[in-house]
Amino acid sequence: MADLKKQIIEQLNLQEVTPESISNDEPLFKEGLGLDSIDALELIVLLQQHYNIRIANPEQGPEIFYSIRSMAEFIVAQQTAKA
Amino acid sequence: MNSAEAYITGSCIIRHHGIWLNGALLWEADRSMELQEWLRAGYDRFSGQYPKFHKMDALSKLGWLAAEVLLKHAPVQALSPETVGMVLSNRSGSLDTDIRYYATVKDIASPALFVYTLPNIVMGEICIRHGFKGENIFFVSENFDAELMSSYPAQLLATTPLQACLCGWVEVMGDDYEVALFLLEQTPRGMAQRATAGALNELYKMSK
Repeated sequence: MADLKKQIIEQLNLQEVTPESISNDEPLFKEGLGLDSIDALELIVLLQQHYNIRIANPEQGPEIFYSIRSMAEFIVAQQTAKA
Repeated sequence: MNSAEAYITGSCIIRHHGIWLNGALLWEADRSMELQEWLRAGYDRFSGQYPKFHKMDALSKLGWLAAEVLLKHAPVQALSPETVGMVLSNRSGSLDTDIRYYATVKDIASPALFVYTLPNIVMGEICIRHGFKGENIFFVSENFDAELMSSYPAQLLATTPLQACLCGWVEVMGDDYEVALFLLEQTPRGMAQRATAGALNELYKMSK
């Protein structure tokens, strides 16, 4: 999850945020990091660029991008399914 | 059109890595700095606590920073949001960002860059920051047009509910940039002068 936090900071240009300040379980949107809809699109790009994962069902978005932990679990599940 | 009813109550010029407020040099940084590096330094000096700044393109950062400096001590915040408008212009539109966005398209198009591929986004960023909801328009012209920037806002102030109008020039293309932002108001205050083309031109050329 530490790597994922660094990737998010770089992808979303969160210059005043450190990986240590991001909670694993806090919501990424509205509260927590306070991300917006454009950030959500950038997170989709991040999954494609870093993990070669495409989200087949957009309705899964809120669940996948709820927190760092939910994103990490989704990535691991996708990689396991591909292996 | 007639500019008799509008007054220039503030100006902010940004060029050569320096910021001039109401004609006086406020801050100047090493000219060898990259533009983005200089913008970050300006943000740290005059604002901070607004993380969205880092996501903006250079055009929006320049306009946002100029508005931040210009409006710091201006009483426009006391006006109702619908009475503060904006008339901006530049030479290159959003071409600087359009080119950067186009470079991402061959890989994965960047949503964060795409949202800045219109020049009027800089006005949106300023409006969000300061809560302005008045009429606004963005012109593209070869050079700073003092006649247009005096007459058009004056007309808005005379014929619409606007009581204050930010106007001027916000240009960036690669390493070349220039901002000349003016606050025009219906009511004179402080060292206000009538918003004529000559007065705007004089302020614009002051730090050239």
